[in-house]
Amino acid sequence: MHIHLHTDEAGRGAGIAFKMAERGGRGSGGHGSLDKSITLPPDEIFRNLENAKRFAIDIGGSLTKLAYYSTVQHKVARVRSFDHSGKDIENEPLYEISVQEEITARLHFIKFENNYIETCLDFIKDHLVNTETKVIKATGGGAYKFKDLIEKKLGLKVDKEDVMTCLIKGCNFLLRNIPHEVFAYQKDSDTEFRFQTNHPNIFPYLLVNIGSGVSIVKVESEDKFEWIGGSSIGGGTFWGLGALLTKTKKFDELLQLASKGQHTNVDMLVKDVYGGACQTLGLSGNLIASSFGKSTTADKEFSKEDMAKSLLHMISNDIGQLACLYAKLHNLNKIYFGGFFIRGHPVTMRTITFSINFFSKGEVQALFLRHEGYLGAIGAFLKGAEQDNPNQYSWGENYAGSSGLMSTSPDVYPMQRSRSGTFDMFEMDRLERPLVNLPLLKDPSTYIPDTVDLTDDAMARKYWLTCFEEALDGVAKRAAASQPDSVDAPERAEKFRQKYWNKLQTLRQQPFAYGTLTVRSLLDTREHCLNEFNFPDPYSKVKQKENGIALKCFQSVIESLDSLGWEERQFALVKGLLAGNVFDWGAKAVSDVLECEPQFGFEEAKSKLQERPWLEDSYSQWLERLKEGPPHKCALIFADNSGIDIILGVFPFVRELLSRGTEVILACNSGPALNDVTYSESLIVAERIAAMDPVIQSALREEKLLLVQTGSSSPCLDLSRLDKGLAVLVRERKTDLVIIEGMGRAIHTNYYAALKCESLKLAVIKNSWLADRLGGKIFSVIFKYEVPCK
Amino acid sequence: MEPWHNGGGADEKLRRQEAEAGNLRRWSCGGTGAGSAAAGPEPCEAGGAASVLRRDSVRKNRPPFPWFGLDIGGTLVKLVYFEPKDITAEEEDEEVENLKNIRKYLTSNVAYGSTGIRDVHLELKDLTLCGRKGNLHFIRFPTHDMPAFIQMGSEKHFSSLHTTICATGGGAYKFEQDFLTMGDLQLRKLDELDCLIKGVLYIDSIGFNGNSECYYFEHPTDTERCQKLPFNLENPYPLLLVNIGSGVSILAVYSKENYRWVTGTSLGGGTFFGLCCLLTGCSTFEEAMDMASHGDSTKVDKLVRDIYGGDYERFGLPGWAVASSFGNMMSKEKREAVSKEDLAKATLTTITNNIGSIARMCALNENINRVVFVGNFLRINTISMRLLAYALDYWSKGQLKALFLEHEGYFGAVGALLELLDSA
Repeated sequence: MHIHLHTDEAGRGAGIAFKMAERGGRGSGGHGSLDKSITLPPDEIFRNLENAKRFAIDIGGSLTKLAYYSTVQHKVARVRSFDHSGKDIENEPLYEISVQEEITARLHFIKFENNYIETCLDFIKDHLVNTETKVIKATGGGAYKFKDLIEKKLGLKVDKEDVMTCLIKGCNFLLRNIPHEVFAYQKDSDTEFRFQTNHPNIFPYLLVNIGSGVSIVKVESEDKFEWIGGSSIGGGTFWGLGALLTKTKKFDELLQLASKGQHTNVDMLVKDVYGGACQTLGLSGNLIASSFGKSTTADKEFSKEDMAKSLLHMISNDIGQLACLYAKLHNLNKIYFGGFFIRGHPVTMRTITFSINFFSKGEVQALFLRHEGYLGAIGAFLKGAEQDNPNQYSWGENYAGSSGLMSTSPDVYPMQRSRSGTFDMFEMDRLERPLVNLPLLKDPSTYIPDTVDLTDDAMARKYWLTCFEEALDGVAKRAAASQPDSVDAPERAEKFRQKYWNKLQTLRQQPFAYGTLTVRSLLDTREHCLNEFNFPDPYSKVKQKENGIALKCFQSVIESLDSLGWEERQFALVKGLLAGNVFDWGAKAVSDVLECEPQFGFEEAKSKLQERPWLEDSYSQWLERLKEGPPHKCALIFADNSGIDIILGVFPFVRELLSRGTEVILACNSGPALNDVTYSESLIVAERIAAMDPVIQSALREEKLLLVQTGSSSPCLDLSRLDKGLAVLVRERKTDLVIIEGMGRAIHTNYYAALKCESLKLAVIKNSWLADRLGGKIFSVIFKYEVPCK
Repeated sequence: MEPWHNGGGADEKLRRQEAEAGNLRRWSCGGTGAGSAAAGPEPCEAGGAASVLRRDSVRKNRPPFPWFGLDIGGTLVKLVYFEPKDITAEEEDEEVENLKNIRKYLTSNVAYGSTGIRDVHLELKDLTLCGRKGNLHFIRFPTHDMPAFIQMGSEKHFSSLHTTICATGGGAYKFEQDFLTMGDLQLRKLDELDCLIKGVLYIDSIGFNGNSECYYFEHPTDTERCQKLPFNLENPYPLLLVNIGSGVSILAVYSKENYRWVTGTSLGGGTFFGLCCLLTGCSTFEEAMDMASHGDSTKVDKLVRDIYGGDYERFGLPGWAVASSFGNMMSKEKREAVSKEDLAKATLTTITNNIGSIARMCALNENINRVVFVGNFLRINTISMRLLAYALDYWSKGQLKALFLEHEGYFGAVGALLELLDSA
């Protein structure tokens, strides 16, 4: 018997496959002396075990979830300014790029069947180098049963943690850190999974955990929660009673039976009692009057499927009803459901959702979590890691290392492995900086960064997936080329290509795997995959070169701007911003040009631009505002690309704002993404410009021009997850203008973002499909100046 | 099977009456013809001497006999019949044969066919209704025998009496057409909940042959000291009324006219009985109850102590509480070790506790502390009543009181009868 990997690397790991004979289990949960072996690429499942510490384990009725913390060594590209004094700067690169090792923290979670617990413990023991770990936090109903086995195998002391405390800690952690963690389930709509925007305030909520019984817990804050009720009719009732009624032993098989059955053969419906009069009486004839009300006879046979379905309805409705009654009593409208009864099973999510809608008349929402299965393990881990203060940091889902949400419906996913016998993984990276909402968001609770929901929009999904597929070879090639001195770069680039290709295929089948599918998530996943194979910054050299070239043109651009009259100059500045924005290696139409026309420059870019009136054109209002209104107090600018964009587009614009008396906060990405300018690059660029330009120089010195980092490494922009320092500064400086530049930040995301202050969103559409969608042509211009309505 | 016609001790009597009915048919037909001349609010009067009496009834704001109230539920039909005991000799002579037959048939039998039963112990004696003295009889039979019942009505020429049949329950709608086509009878359909509340308030007000209709269990959490005691429901409002039939309806009652349907659940008596049939192969409610009374549900259910070894102190859950109903049945070994009795008991406690739990939550949401449980699920079911009394008391820390009524499932039918009398 082979375990099939629950990752998109399935079938690819043959080279590193290992085989373990599973030992007959003493006290290992009844798998007996099965002649099992598992074939799996170990480094793909128990990743980074060498550095692992702080183990936690959550053993449920059938699944084990293992958690550990590790540090990951990453290559990062660093830039360092040269000392140019006395040197021939003409032929020297602008700055030095060095690849360094960086250590980042990562959380690993692995889910597997209890059957493999012994095998997995053996594997961990053999690969665990770190010896400082002494205890393993354990939770879940099975923790007692496997205590001795764990202690013996790992030599760690098992430290038991309360199940519910762990669940809630885990739930809070996910709600705070993982965007699109929460979804509502709608079976009969085009999108089964309706992912929710993370509300800035996650409390209070109701957590209904449906294990063998049901626990209903009210969570009021990080540390305050209360068991307010429960019910004995839960997953155990479905399983136990189902096994008695249908002679079907496995939970999953019972659910399968249920999904094929007709409950109306077993249940007494309202229309069975009232006959045809339901319609005239305004009654819903299909409601169940009495569960199993038709089986009150000894001389009729009922099918297993029908009984299982009736049982499922009975239990789901009952739980939904009780949950609503508790929600009403405690005045709550968010209910998160978890536990093995739910665990991603569409049929139970559907019946629970129906029940909640029915009993609450739509006032309460049934919500589910993408990583629901990991709540206990996350909570247990957090209990053990309190001294690391994991709650002080922001964490992000690593799309490269996480399996994503799998549909359990076999028809949805043809490559579907059976639910059992799979390994599922979830990884979170600790972000260097805490992330918060931009204080200028009009309504953080309804802010959705992404313009197009590709889970919803099948046409757009198809287009973008194909687009990313087609661009993949080029990205892999560039990644390999970016490390000419590395022997294994081509091999790693190929691995990257494979991995991202497989992710794209997974997303074709299950667009909901990582939350709402968007252009942003596709871009971010690509960045994660590149990092995974140590291509931290494939464009570093391109950016270096382009920055160098652009800097040489800075002064002449400024001179020609300064020679213009005020009104002409304003237009030239905007045109410069837009032309700069043409230089985007992320856009295929542009990268093709840039690849074959290295001399393609600022003037050529300007000539590509659409003539006014632009596709979206509120330039006149902007000009009017500049002409008539007082200077802005402070402008926050989110910059896009390196080179011409930042140096010849953004900086002259910044310079003009400064001259008007407006302070400027220039925000660049913390980490690299495509040819986007990073914070550290922006520092060098600003320094070089300051050396040439007194306006910039004094503004920097007087802190009227401030360079900050966004906290992000994405080509797009999520205004609800920004560096805390940026947010503080924005508030301190009373920022009253936000300028968002580029396709990724102003069109794929934030096109519809509503802010409390004036905003300017500008971009050049460098993709003909998108241009077409927006009713324009390639190189159409978006210039969207918005003033919030008072 | 036509239970009203076959089997049972009443069989012979029934056949004799059928023969009589046949003999009377011609007389009856003639009477109908004459009836068209009759005046008054009753559209059609039986002719002859009887019409004198019947007009007398109308004049005194009384509907003509017979007085029935019918509640046709999903599983059971409940029938209440008022038997006038103050019939004078003159009246007796004038009484239409058909009417007399019905009266005699119903009052001289305790079982009708194989499935119809008169709950003699519930009979209310020496009642005065609309100025007439008599006894109120309580009869029930399964809803699936409804066609046979209508057939009988037809054979007994019920339609010739031109009485109004007041019926409530879903079956009043479902069988309306059958009554009309098979029995030539027009039903007056009445709202289920109106009837239920009307019936409860009325029966409680007249008492149970000198005893209290309403009762409760004192010390419900103490098996030694727990006892059934009368409860004075003189000032009943507000109260939560939980009607457990095949399914369950929960009403918040604030006054005679002011009440609200709060919620309902499909896990009711029908669920208990239906699951018992599937799990144990039993075929009657009595059998199911009997098995339940001899079973041990703790073999079937997973208790808190089965999981935590004792109380779950973190949440204040006692070890004896059921953590997962049928939870032990997830294991093959335990499935093989339980008896049918254990399964019946577990089914009973599961359904009962769940109803208790929903009722308790409704009481809290509505801010009502008296909960009255009615419905035929509670018939011969002290186990459930004590469980409900216990659960309500324990989980509310003594704040909620469970009350019960002697006439369990008959209030809808009583309400229907009262509607008949009110309408006259």
